[in-house]
Amino acid sequence: MTVAGGPVVPAAATSDGAATGGAAGASAAVTAAAVASAAGSPAIAVRDLWKIFGPAENKIIGTPDAELSASDVRLKTGSTVAVRAATFDVQPGEVFVVMGLSGSGKSTLVRCLTRLIEPTQGQVLLDGEDILKADAKRLRELRRRRFAMVFQHFGLLPHRRVIDNVAFGLEIRGEGKAERHRRAIEMLDLVGLDSHAWDYPDQLSGGMQQRVGLARALAVDPEVMLFDEPFSALDPLIRRDMQNEVLRLHHEVGKTMVFITHDLAEALKLGDHVAIMRAGSIVQIGRPEEIVGSPADDYVRDFVQDVPRSHVLTLRWVMREPRDDDPVDGPELPPDTVIRAAVHVASATESPIRVVEDGRLVGVVDRVQILAAIAGTEPDA
Amino acid sequence: MTTVRARLSVPSSAATSRRALIVGGAVVAAVLFIVFRGQWTLPHDDDYGLFRTLNGIRDAVESNRSVLEPIRAGVAGLVGIFDQVLASLGWPGVIGAAAAIGLIFGGWRVALLAAVGFGILGSLGLWESSMAVLSMMLAAVLIALGIGLPLGIAAGRSQRLASALSPVLDFMQIMPTLAYLTPITLLFLIGVAPSVIATLIFAVPAAIRITALGIRGVPATIIEAARSLGATERQVLVKVLLPLSRRPVGLAINQTIMLALSMVVITSLIGAPGLGRNLQNALSKVDVGASFDAGLAIVILAIILDRLTYAAGEWADPRERAARSGPRWVTIGVALALVGIGLAIPLVADATTFPDTFAASFREPVNVAVEWFTDTFHAVTIGLKDVVTNLVLNPLESVLVTAPWWLVVAALTTVAWYVSGGRAAIIVSFCFAFIIGLGLWEHSMVTLANVVIGTLITLGIGLIVGILSARHDRFRAFLRPILDAAQTLPAFVYLIPALALFNPTRFTAIVAAVIYALPPVIRLVDVGIRGVSGTVIEAATASGATGRQVLWKVQLPMSRHALLLAANQGIVMVLSMVVIGALVGAGALGYDVITGFAQGKDFGKGLAAGIAIVLLGILLDRITQAAGARRQAGMETAG
Amino acid sequence: MRHSTFGRGLALSLVALVLVAGCAQSSGSTAKPAESEGAGATAEASAGAGGGAEAATCQGSGDKGTVQLMINQWVGAEANVAVAACLLKQMGYDVKTNTLAEEVAWQGFSTGEVDVILENWGHPDLEQKYITDEKLAVDAGPMGVTGIIGWYVPGWMVEKYPDITDWNNLNKYADLFKTSESGDKGQFLGADPTFVQYDEALIANLGLDYKVVFSGSEAASITAFQQAEKNQTPLIGYFYDPQWLQNEIKLVQVKLPAWTEGCDADLKKVACDYPPYVLNKIVRAAWMDQGGDAVDFIKKFSWANSDQNEVADYITNGNMTAEEAAKKWIDAHPDTWKAWMPQG
Repeated sequence: MTVAGGPVVPAAATSDGAATGGAAGASAAVTAAAVASAAGSPAIAVRDLWKIFGPAENKIIGTPDAELSASDVRLKTGSTVAVRAATFDVQPGEVFVVMGLSGSGKSTLVRCLTRLIEPTQGQVLLDGEDILKADAKRLRELRRRRFAMVFQHFGLLPHRRVIDNVAFGLEIRGEGKAERHRRAIEMLDLVGLDSHAWDYPDQLSGGMQQRVGLARALAVDPEVMLFDEPFSALDPLIRRDMQNEVLRLHHEVGKTMVFITHDLAEALKLGDHVAIMRAGSIVQIGRPEEIVGSPADDYVRDFVQDVPRSHVLTLRWVMREPRDDDPVDGPELPPDTVIRAAVHVASATESPIRVVEDGRLVGVVDRVQILAAIAGTEPDA
Repeated sequence: MTTVRARLSVPSSAATSRRALIVGGAVVAAVLFIVFRGQWTLPHDDDYGLFRTLNGIRDAVESNRSVLEPIRAGVAGLVGIFDQVLASLGWPGVIGAAAAIGLIFGGWRVALLAAVGFGILGSLGLWESSMAVLSMMLAAVLIALGIGLPLGIAAGRSQRLASALSPVLDFMQIMPTLAYLTPITLLFLIGVAPSVIATLIFAVPAAIRITALGIRGVPATIIEAARSLGATERQVLVKVLLPLSRRPVGLAINQTIMLALSMVVITSLIGAPGLGRNLQNALSKVDVGASFDAGLAIVILAIILDRLTYAAGEWADPRERAARSGPRWVTIGVALALVGIGLAIPLVADATTFPDTFAASFREPVNVAVEWFTDTFHAVTIGLKDVVTNLVLNPLESVLVTAPWWLVVAALTTVAWYVSGGRAAIIVSFCFAFIIGLGLWEHSMVTLANVVIGTLITLGIGLIVGILSARHDRFRAFLRPILDAAQTLPAFVYLIPALALFNPTRFTAIVAAVIYALPPVIRLVDVGIRGVSGTVIEAATASGATGRQVLWKVQLPMSRHALLLAANQGIVMVLSMVVIGALVGAGALGYDVITGFAQGKDFGKGLAAGIAIVLLGILLDRITQAAGARRQAGMETAG
Repeated sequence: MRHSTFGRGLALSLVALVLVAGCAQSSGSTAKPAESEGAGATAEASAGAGGGAEAATCQGSGDKGTVQLMINQWVGAEANVAVAACLLKQMGYDVKTNTLAEEVAWQGFSTGEVDVILENWGHPDLEQKYITDEKLAVDAGPMGVTGIIGWYVPGWMVEKYPDITDWNNLNKYADLFKTSESGDKGQFLGADPTFVQYDEALIANLGLDYKVVFSGSEAASITAFQQAEKNQTPLIGYFYDPQWLQNEIKLVQVKLPAWTEGCDADLKKVACDYPPYVLNKIVRAAWMDQGGDAVDFIKKFSWANSDQNEVADYITNGNMTAEEAAKKWIDAHPDTWKAWMPQG
């Protein structure tokens, strides 16, 4: 996992290695080979992806203008750099969250993946195939079979019943009506809407409508599901339900998911990996606890400062080197136990918790460390 | 938007100096006017070179007309098909079919309305004329939609096409109908075919604009969702865009029919059969009652078609259809029975002509009423005419005509620049240049004076009535059918009473234009004032404002955009009556258009006058477009 | 939006009105006009054909082909056509009529949509083009009526100002005719733009203190004269005869310098009255060649100003349809029309 472009990102020293926040200069992207070797074979690999809107779309990359800040580029050329040199990998079966404030380019980025917005430059590799090189027919084929997308405002067809909305993708690729409906009912069952198959979308609540959108995406049995802020138009309680729904579905169907959100809590809750975007650039990529535990810059730090650390950080983040005088009768926990979950264990014993990975003692956690994490302060080393 | 920027950004001290500038400008213009009055005028000349050149072009076209014969024959053939269908149905068949269509689409109320409506057409003794109008209108609408819907869809999807089409459509909509009847007879001679072509030219811009608006209104997310599922462009069009713009497309069809209906009446001037001819005959006998019957028939046809197309539009929505009560087969069965009865009647009785057992006519009572009215009020109305003409119209016209042309151009260009910005000023000055080039300066100034006065009167009345309508629901309900009828009733019906009241004068033409332009202005004012958000009114009321204060300090200022739009529409509508106005004494450009239509030697002048009217239209539109209200209100597809 | 009341309120009140009017019209009849679809239609008895019937029927077999008669936009022309159509139908022809502006009507000769113009008011330019140059039309001789164009004043003015009928005195009365439209000159009401006219040149060349204000349409001119006579207001303007209004109110022609051959050759210098128009019939050449006895009928068709005005008056003021008026005239004047019919 590598970040390229944007401000220099300090390496997250304590990361577990599988998701290293690599440091890179503004334009000196880490080579694809290096990333690939570090990460195995990704489902989606994005390399140096740019999107510039405006008259100077093709006149900026490779010139000194590309180094300017987004607002300076706009002043100088009248064009907007929406995505700047994005490079990242999405592993098969994981939930990869892109998080940023509005205008940070995250929605443009996800649309560039299936070329709903045509990228200005770069590579998007799906299982090694460059989507940007696909012709119209091949691209349609990819969209029909291998991707599916869920939209913020649902994008349901108001004149069709729920079942025909769910079956829409199958209809587009030319499947027969009986098969379409069978599959649609199956999907509605999966999202718990089977009793509403013959309703019209506007008869459903917002949350239910988005379940229809979800079912529509699932119906085509894609390899990769793209979510563009799917829950931000929903009420908080329903949003939580839907998040759990996504986790459940992810657990059940095991799709690779790219999830766009502006909600940090949602990102940390859902993401196996989280990428933070700002003004078109990805400023940090990492596991949720890496983002919280070791923000790449002040921008990210500012973002995560209100996050309860004990809810996100794992024991790995607070354990210290075992010392010889440590008692050995303490309880044993794996290193990726969230701190909050270790509290009651720690309170039940006087001895420090022994952090054990693969039968090997990797560290020790005292109450001091746990309390410090809860209090949000750095423990004295 | 321009004025908003201009007015808001000027601090108060600058405002005073600006006011001084305006006063100074006005003084300078007045001084120049007094000094140069009567010089640099451009008096009218019937033998202007351009007019003769256009005549020459006409003769050249005339000798090569056969190229267009297939179009002519094709259109005539299409009308012939409709004619035959309607004739073979006979009156019982048509009534039965109309009722059946009404029943399927809209239920028994619509069915009843359609049947009774057609029945009235028959009992007015206007069955054949109505059917002639119907078949020409159907042909024109069919072709107009065949052209308009695809173009509208394309314009809805391509901003570039929309921008390219917009001025062409503007031109088609402002060009007075009588002005293009002449070129059309030149190309397609007289009769049914050119009438249908003229009608579709008149109706097609609305079809294109509304369709494009509908396509553009489809939410981007839905289109994106379809694309993300790998839909082809065709699939996006067929499965998303078309179904989702069903309502606006329905409206486009509805409006195309309404416009076609109003135009078909006018094409009787170039040999179209039907109700227009009845109107014309009545007019030549100065028989208001007979023209009322024919006008009523047109209103009734409009009502039936409006209700049927509206019902069909609702029906086309599957949700609406699903919500209907009652089993479908019963409806269909009854509908089939209605058609069956209609078709069976001719077997037992003669159904070619409508039986005169049911004859009814408003001719006598209307004539008596009109005569009483004109005799009673004649003196008053003539006085009113003299006052307005002598105090307002004559002075304004005299200023415009006797002022040096460059002073008029400079003054109005400056006004345009001040109100609507530099771009508008450039367009305005170009329009003036073309008008001068057309050799119609003097007549244009006379017409301009008429249009300005007509618009002011329209706005004055429209504002008062519109405010009343917005504030009193009952008044509004009372007003609505009157406005509907006033919009559908052909102007020919009220020209004679207007003549009897005001003599053939420019003021008569102004009155006719005001009657025509008032309904949309009243509606826009009403909608604008009602559109002011309830919260703001609540806030004003909560702080103790009286009803009057709410009106003046909240509702009127906040509906400024709608009011500007009303003014803009008022101008366009008044302008579109310039030619009709010439039939009752307006003279100037309108008279030139009619002369060009009637006298071969004046063809060139008539055509030039038609173009001059369009130029005046563009010019006034740009000057008043200040707030860009038109665009915001979505009246245009291209921004 | 507007649809909710567009149909209901307006239409239902209209229905009620029509019911009332219908009952008033066909007093005694209990049939309701609105219930037309269910009621039985009256089967019309098939009429006996032939021109020799006692009372005019205006019906016939219709199997001898179609004759397309053009109707000018004035009632006199409608009277011509009504009578000719009635007789042609009785001869076994199907008759189609078409109301058109004069200029436009001539184009019907190229399209084949007009066979006959029964009342042509001398259009030398059109005659040149369609008869001489393109040979699409043929002059079928005079139709008996003489057209008079001139300047007219309402009758009451002649009683009050007897010398007003001489153009030399017109300047004396100019003030009388001042209106809001004419400024400080007298108003001269110009005609419908479709008519032959050169009043502006006449006024200038006769040195008259008048300004031409165009009425814009025949209806406007008629209304103006009607109102002038009724309200005793001054009016002078372009008018003509035959015209049904001449039977309704008294109009008096103003004497202009007499017309002499060629005095109107240059319309810019014209200073004489309009010429008398010997109105003629124009027929489509192709129809003339294949027309049968209908062609003979049209060639012979000829009647007097008084005949035409009589029929026109029935139509306009007698509350008759054109066909009814024609029947009435035909029944009353057999000697006139029998001369037009084919022999034997």
